[in-house]
Amino acid sequence: MYRSLLSTVKNWTQPRSLVIGVPYLWLLAFFAIPFVIVLKISFSWMQPIQPGYAPLIEWVEETRRLVVSFNFDNYQVLLRESLYVETFLYSVKVAAVSTFWCLLIGYPMAYAIARSKPSTRNLLLMLIILPFWTSFLLRVYAWVGLLKTNGVINNTLLALGLIDQPLTLLYSDFAVYIGIVYSYLPFMILPLYSNLEKHDLTLLEAAADLGARPVKAFMKVTLPLSMPGIVAGCLLVFIPAVGEFVIPSLLGRTDQLMIGTVLSAQFFGARNWPVAGAVAIVLLLVLLLPILLFQRHQRRELEAVRR
Amino acid sequence: MRQRGWFRGAMLALGLAFLYVPILSMIVFSFNNSRLVTVWDRDNSPTLRWYVRLLENDQLLGAAWISIKVAAMSACGAVILGTLAGVVLTRFGPFRGRAFLSAMTTAPLVMPEIITGIAMLLLFVALEQAIGWPSGRGMSTITIAHITFAMAYVTVIVQSRLAGFDDSLEEAALDLGAKPATVFFRITLPLIAPALVSGWLLAFTLSWDDVVIAQFVSGPGSSTLPMEIFSRVRRGVSPDINALATLMVLVVAVGVVLSTLYMRREEQRRSREERMAHNDGNP
Repeated sequence: MYRSLLSTVKNWTQPRSLVIGVPYLWLLAFFAIPFVIVLKISFSWMQPIQPGYAPLIEWVEETRRLVVSFNFDNYQVLLRESLYVETFLYSVKVAAVSTFWCLLIGYPMAYAIARSKPSTRNLLLMLIILPFWTSFLLRVYAWVGLLKTNGVINNTLLALGLIDQPLTLLYSDFAVYIGIVYSYLPFMILPLYSNLEKHDLTLLEAAADLGARPVKAFMKVTLPLSMPGIVAGCLLVFIPAVGEFVIPSLLGRTDQLMIGTVLSAQFFGARNWPVAGAVAIVLLLVLLLPILLFQRHQRRELEAVRR
Repeated sequence: MRQRGWFRGAMLALGLAFLYVPILSMIVFSFNNSRLVTVWDRDNSPTLRWYVRLLENDQLLGAAWISIKVAAMSACGAVILGTLAGVVLTRFGPFRGRAFLSAMTTAPLVMPEIITGIAMLLLFVALEQAIGWPSGRGMSTITIAHITFAMAYVTVIVQSRLAGFDDSLEEAALDLGAKPATVFFRITLPLIAPALVSGWLLAFTLSWDDVVIAQFVSGPGSSTLPMEIFSRVRRGVSPDINALATLMVLVVAVGVVLSTLYMRREEQRRSREERMAHNDGNP
């Protein structure tokens, strides 16, 4: 017993264990444990005094008893009030539609880059990544100026005589789609590109030799081969888009909020941390499957590099 | 075949226009004299008045200074921790909890920022209750949060760089009697140096750009630049923000062009050296 304990301690002080331990403990303390705390708070009662929530397990000195009080109402509220269900469904819909448009715009772009000359390829990739290095917030804000009632798009259309009345573009579903597609497009293009670039082009020649038209060859060869890239790109757009907060608060509707906005309002406005915690946990559960899919993809990519 | 080439070119041009028109419009209207921002004042434009006003705005400049400090510290922390995690995951073989470490380093890549922000804030509140640290929230809590989510990106970059090299060089050094630490500093680190540079830049940008997480874990007096911008643009468009955006685009564009030129030169130098090595020193 004592011996095994000693050897464990000895193991921990080995340089190897120390190197593993530093990033491990950091992520445990600042990434994993916070989720446990959110889970805990989502089951506790709201409390007007600091820290805003009551402890789950408490030693009461007067009665000399350990009191355990779970509050499941935070979760029941989410089902009872239609606001939450609607907001969740709306967020998933917005993210899905935006992901679809991202794919539709991103796929031809990634394809064109992957099939261009190697010398222009790097330049094109740099042009795709460059906006990503400039402030995300400011790029979303740029769309406010474009989509406003007296913004650039309306002024141009009016000047060209194509419309008589300015269109209502801002603060709509359309504006949110544009914002998400615009901000996340590089995240769709890059995994697609790195997949399409690796394709063996002789397969297409073989298909042509066997009499397949280009469209058919694309559908039967290129598209199936690029599925891993499509899945990765879609997950990289969809998952963060469901919880998006900045884009809907700058461009989105005021009568239909996204879950990120509701979460932030519960947290800072109503200061109901237990309900906010429950919303965060449910959001995490909704996204758990896509997140696990993404992790599987990442693992496979790294194994492919190693081989 | 020529027809399809035309289609590809058109899609690419349209896509790039979509990416760049909003940025260009901000640049153009930053020189507009009109307070109406998007209505061009023909008589008095172009003007630099918004740039002058920007440089007189101590609040924004102060926030920018906080952002630079936080981003630099976060990038250094993220590179150190991310490199350790990347090396551990690719070079250390199996160990207990490896799968969990791997999951913890990929999850932040896709985790919605709002969830990370809330989880971080609740951790800091609970820690303050339990052990009295951190007392209140400010630059240090923002930095810790940024290190945590940026180190995931560094880990991925380092991992894919290390996966590209087999470990024969490291094994050879170990066989020749070098200590593991020596091998790391003399062989592994120089091999992954380019990954560390791009990881540092990416971590700096992620921190410099973040508004959601910062909003949760910041305290009074520690507003970062994106937080200041966000609270301004929520109230509507303002011309000095266009000027700020233009300056930021300028800095990034210059930086990216310089680093691309540098990397291309390094690449050429390396391939030349490789050729010389193959030809026994004759070019």
